[in-house]
Amino acid sequence: MTTNARTVPAPRPDAPLLQVDDLHVRFRVRGRDVRAVNGLSYTLAAGETVAILGESGSGKSVAAQAVMGLLDSPPAHVDRGSVRLRGTELLGLPERRRRAYRGERISMIFQDASTALNPVFTVGDQLAEMYRVHRGLGRRAARDRAVELMERVRIPSAARRLGDHPHRFSGGMRQRVMIAMALALEPDVLIADEPTTALDVTVQAQIMRLLAALQDELAMGLVLITHDLGVVAGVGDRIVVMYAGSVAERSPVRDLYARPAHPYTRGLLASVPRLGSRGMPLVPIAGTPPDPAAPPSGCPFRPRCPRAEAVCAVEAPPLVTVAPGHDSACHFAGEVHGAGTV
Amino acid sequence: MGRASLWDDAWHDLRRRWVFWGSVAVLAVVAAMAAAPALFTDGAANAGCDPNDSGLGPSGRHWFGTDLAGCDYYAHVVHGARPTLLIGVAVTACALLIAVVLGSLAGYYGGVVDALIARLTDVFFGLPFVLGATVVLVAFPGHGIGAMTLVLVLLGWTTMVRVMRGQVIAVRDAGYVRAARLLGASDGRIMTRHILPNAIAPVVVVATLNVGNVIVGEATLDFLGVGLQYPEVSWGLQLGQAKDSFLDHPHLLAFPAVFLSATVLSFLMLGDAVRDALDPKLR
Amino acid sequence: MWRFVLRRLLQAVPVFLGTTLLIYALVFALPGDPIQALAGDKPVPENVLRTLRDRYNLNDPLLVQYAKYMWGLAQGDLGENYTGQSVAEMLGGRWAVTARLALTAWIFELVIGIALGVWAGLRRGRFADTLVLGGTTLVIAVPVFVLGYTAQLLLGVRWHILPAAGTDDGWPLSYLLPGIVLGSLGLSYVARLTRTSLAENLRADYVRTATAKGLSRARVVGRHALRNSLIPVVTYLGVDFGNLMGGAIVTEGIFNLPGVGQQVFQSIQLKEGPVVVGAVTVLVLIFLLVNLVVDVLYGVLDPRIGYD
Repeated sequence: MTTNARTVPAPRPDAPLLQVDDLHVRFRVRGRDVRAVNGLSYTLAAGETVAILGESGSGKSVAAQAVMGLLDSPPAHVDRGSVRLRGTELLGLPERRRRAYRGERISMIFQDASTALNPVFTVGDQLAEMYRVHRGLGRRAARDRAVELMERVRIPSAARRLGDHPHRFSGGMRQRVMIAMALALEPDVLIADEPTTALDVTVQAQIMRLLAALQDELAMGLVLITHDLGVVAGVGDRIVVMYAGSVAERSPVRDLYARPAHPYTRGLLASVPRLGSRGMPLVPIAGTPPDPAAPPSGCPFRPRCPRAEAVCAVEAPPLVTVAPGHDSACHFAGEVHGAGTV
Repeated sequence: MGRASLWDDAWHDLRRRWVFWGSVAVLAVVAAMAAAPALFTDGAANAGCDPNDSGLGPSGRHWFGTDLAGCDYYAHVVHGARPTLLIGVAVTACALLIAVVLGSLAGYYGGVVDALIARLTDVFFGLPFVLGATVVLVAFPGHGIGAMTLVLVLLGWTTMVRVMRGQVIAVRDAGYVRAARLLGASDGRIMTRHILPNAIAPVVVVATLNVGNVIVGEATLDFLGVGLQYPEVSWGLQLGQAKDSFLDHPHLLAFPAVFLSATVLSFLMLGDAVRDALDPKLR
Repeated sequence: MWRFVLRRLLQAVPVFLGTTLLIYALVFALPGDPIQALAGDKPVPENVLRTLRDRYNLNDPLLVQYAKYMWGLAQGDLGENYTGQSVAEMLGGRWAVTARLALTAWIFELVIGIALGVWAGLRRGRFADTLVLGGTTLVIAVPVFVLGYTAQLLLGVRWHILPAAGTDDGWPLSYLLPGIVLGSLGLSYVARLTRTSLAENLRADYVRTATAKGLSRARVVGRHALRNSLIPVVTYLGVDFGNLMGGAIVTEGIFNLPGVGQQVFQSIQLKEGPVVVGAVTVLVLIFLLVNLVVDVLYGVLDPRIGYD
């Protein structure tokens, strides 16, 4: 386990860093199929941030775990699609080879660091484990590297806190430990699953700034999964809006805010308060997301859509390009796009 | 509403499980034996014995053979059901009552009441079942089913109190309880109408399992010679009497052992099944 | 951490006092002549009764009786039997036998129990799981003495696989069969507890994190999930010590091991009440001590406990 040079094929520098194509994930629960992800595609380049936006149940988190290969099968089945890292197909790799990518090439941090860190081991143990297992370092060397890591994520008096257990840290500090652990081996891709949702607003900003700084430092690709449009606005390069397991809209961040091309995105933008919109009424999206075990026919957003028409109940809209790099899965994408800002 | 659907769901789940129906069937037979032994046998225990027939194996005339005094063992086993089941159920019922009262008080009021009850529980918990019963029963010669029940209750109520207390604490601060309090309901009413029905389920599961454990414990005490004494009849006592001769007459051990174990097993599996049904996330 | 240990020690004091007082009160303070009661229907000469009444200070108020009794206990005085023999002396050489038996049973239930629990926990709902669940339920449902006699008859007498009784073959051989019988109940609970706890922990977020760190399945399960799963198992081991000692009375009786349990077993048959009370009181004290140690150990194993 000292090196992964043998198990990881040589990277092909010309291929995109991370390419997710037509990903489908299905859960089989008590004889019934629940389609959690229905065709997610995106590409991530080094140093770039792709935000995946969606409400809970939209499949964004499941998709991320599918990319990491963390889903248990059964009940989860990745039916279709591909996940390529510098051209190497990860889906279908035997677990032993897949494992060599985790932590080493792709890392992930989770929403709630208070449960995502093991409560019975010290923070130092959990950080050093990365170096002991992946790099074969001895106890002392791994420990020294763990202190460096903690300093890197700006945890004060790192050396002293190495021996503390996770519950002794504040929420923000715990999330820093998670980040440190994920970045220990300087991976190419970091998937951050709602990294700030469990934190106070002020701490959220600190963590996002830290992530951005580390991303620059390591020239890492970042997949940021969130339900919070505010978080995306600050850091995202491109954004994928997911609804009920499918891609609703895909666009550069700036375009999306300026000219959303899907009624769902418009609804989202209208429902959050923004600077300069004082006095404007906030409009929530009516209805609730569909039951993934019994999706509606046609367009999944149709039951809640203000401009649904007969065709929407019959035909699921394909992704259509409304502007360079800007796609929308709506039968009326062009018109919605044309309507301009919210 | 909330709790009705909990039990409804559990029932919906239970009635499709063969483990549940199997356990219920065994327990129904044993309960019938205990309530009306005459349905199963004409003979009384220890009656119509013929010393010439001592220690016979199973046969057409004596289904379960005979014991060393030449008595029909089948009649003996049938009559052994009542004390065994009675002690198991009575001990658990009394312990459950204590547990519900003390556990509710401790969980609901907290503070000093909780601390006092916790220390009291600790003290009784410090006496392991068989050890504690042995030392106490040795000081009570000639005790019958009543005294035996009393001693076993004394030693067996602690676990359920702890479970009950935990459950009450879990629902104490629920919205509907706070609402009832704001509406001016008395503590007694809140505890009996709102907390108890929502906190009782896990305690009932533990109680079901407990019946089995008490039956095994009682049998062990009978075996040691500190439990029921001859001429009482119970499965534990029969097992105790069989111990000196079972090398030559294994059937004397086997029949009561099978009946006792099947009964205990049914209580354990019933408890497990109900717990699984009530707690779908453990499935 | 140390505050936690200190607090547990302080909490243990009233439990020690309360439990011993409880035994004492139940045995000596109930209506009727306790000395006669302890002898059952066995005739005891009047002068012996008188000596014993003196010996147990039955003419003093209850709390004074109890204090004197405890003071004697603290000095290793466990009372006397009807022939004036010291109970402590009768038990003297027997402790080693009981300790060996308990240790054998304990190792058995711990090693095999955890192994079975992990096996079932990793295969929830599959054959291995059903087998372990069914087997352990069966063991719990069969009284330990039935299990003991059956094992003795089959493994010892009929098939000659292990010594059937006595200590002629020394440790561990003579202790294997009684140890397995004694440990079988605890094994069942350890296996079930490990199974449930492991299955629950395998779904925990930190296990997903460990997988995301690129650790092998063996390391994820063996280090991250198992370490957390064993916390309730350790707590159970303290409680189990009580079962183990109650079971030792039965097991030593069946397998003719000359330990404390056998002494209790024989004294019950011989209606030697004072011996039973003296010996069982010590067993209860040992149980309380073991539980104290387990409680402290729990604080070490689960770092979240120590700091509250």
